[in-house]
Amino acid sequence: MSPVFLSVLAAGQGATLQDHGRHGWLRYGITAAGPMDPLAHATANRALGNPAGATALEIPLGGIELTAEGGPLGVALAGGAFRIALDGNLVPPGAALTLRPGESLTVRAGRAGAWLYLAVAGRIDVPAMLGSTATHTRSGFGGFRGRALQAGDRLPVANAQPGPGEVCTLVAPWLDRDPGEIRVVLGPQDDYFSQDQIAAFLERPWTVTAKGDRMACFLDGTPLTHAKGYNIVSDGIAMGAIQVPGEGWPIVLMADRQSTGGYPKIATVIGPDLGRLAQAQPGTRLRFAAVGVAQAVAARRAEAEALAGPIALDPLVRTDFPSEFLLGRNLVGGVVDGRA
Amino acid sequence: MRLLDAGEAALVVEFGTTVDPAISDRVLALDAALQADPPAGLRETVPTYRSLMVHYDPLVLDRAALAERVGALADRPAAARAAAATWTLPCCYDPVVAEDIGAVADLVRRSVAEVAALHAGGAYRLYMYGFAPGFAYLGGLPEALAVSRRATPRPPHPANAVMIGGGLAAVATFSMPTGWYVVGRTPMRLYRPGQDDPFPVGVGDVLRFEAVDADTFAALDRRAEAGEVVARKEA
Repeated sequence: MSPVFLSVLAAGQGATLQDHGRHGWLRYGITAAGPMDPLAHATANRALGNPAGATALEIPLGGIELTAEGGPLGVALAGGAFRIALDGNLVPPGAALTLRPGESLTVRAGRAGAWLYLAVAGRIDVPAMLGSTATHTRSGFGGFRGRALQAGDRLPVANAQPGPGEVCTLVAPWLDRDPGEIRVVLGPQDDYFSQDQIAAFLERPWTVTAKGDRMACFLDGTPLTHAKGYNIVSDGIAMGAIQVPGEGWPIVLMADRQSTGGYPKIATVIGPDLGRLAQAQPGTRLRFAAVGVAQAVAARRAEAEALAGPIALDPLVRTDFPSEFLLGRNLVGGVVDGRA
Repeated sequence: MRLLDAGEAALVVEFGTTVDPAISDRVLALDAALQADPPAGLRETVPTYRSLMVHYDPLVLDRAALAERVGALADRPAAARAAAATWTLPCCYDPVVAEDIGAVADLVRRSVAEVAALHAGGAYRLYMYGFAPGFAYLGGLPEALAVSRRATPRPPHPANAVMIGGGLAAVATFSMPTGWYVVGRTPMRLYRPGQDDPFPVGVGDVLRFEAVDADTFAALDRRAEAGEVVARKEA
């Protein structure tokens, strides 16, 4: 059997390979990297029976165009409401399908969402580094040659399998997430802010700016002020930490964050809401809501339970639906729910 | 000691708010105790100057149980910490590679040779890694070399740069722009990709620097590139 490759025909900036992340090395300054939206990444993998943290493509707003070489390859897509087409035919953003040699799968930014994950039936065969294939481009670590994907890259897929014969939608209602409020646990340095500034942080709307990347989500709005300066002696940074530097605009530190930092962190986005925040397109207005650790853990448990079972694939009969149906995941989700 | 939540999956154990060897001792003692007997659900720990960040899986390890464990361990005397190793790193202070040593000499009104001797005379505690992969923050810089960081960053420094700034010293594994001053270069790699022990120098270890000339540096650098540990370790 000839080796199977997932080949990149064209790529916007910043498409990378990500697995569960490079954990256990923060003490040496090594950023974990890993997916910006861990829930969507895990869903794409689980839809094909892969381990939740297997290596998958993370595709940002710049999109990508792919084909298979050497044989048919099953793929699953989950994440933002991107515009996806297989040889020109629209595919819903939560889907599993078979990509055949000569076919082209195009992914473009859509009406919502900032990251789309593409998992493969098989294993993307790139070398692990410190136990992980996650790409950290600033360090040149992991992924495909330590960098973002480019046109001409051929990703070898070990144990490649075809996917479903027809395009299927993923039954993953947990991905139909309301942008709504982003839940946070206050701290670890909320004591660097007065009570009225904490209240302002929670009451004011914040707008996601276009400056964001895998390192951080930058927010615009009325700046916050500090009660006792904005320098702290460096300490650790968790994913989702919201640091407030001197100018007062909050910055949410994400997958490619530095391991330590010296600005006070007013709050930390809870794990289950990291993906929702990451998926907010520039211009999105959001608010933060403070919750306790127990509430955050309950949300985490619900997420883990949703992902624990197999993910059903529903065949999509194109002719049954008007084309606008294919453009929105909410509509897709509604129809799928109706059948369940 | 204060326990601060960094979300529902990380707990910051804060022993103080300053750079202080006594605080660092307590951080490292708790780190060693947790590493020696990690509770189920402990993911990783990150020692910094003044705090230990404990990442955990809250579906396995309950926050209250972790807090109790940390409380019990943190009360142990700091002397329980395993003896740190002392490393002697070759360091080339020749201005050909020590790109900013002349600028530092001007700032502190001493000769280049005096700056090199002062720096090589210090014993440095590796307080923490942070900022970038294999970027080691070192305390113990002689007072006479306590220059501020640059107002604006300089262009990328060479790999394995030995730097000073803001009253601290550092060894920076990867080349990048910096607000610090490059006063030397070591051939020793703090990060050795693909080796069984990719980070041989641990947090809490003591670093000394031994001056070598440019030719010796070049020879050692080739050996280090081939995978050799070119620093001396004393337990």
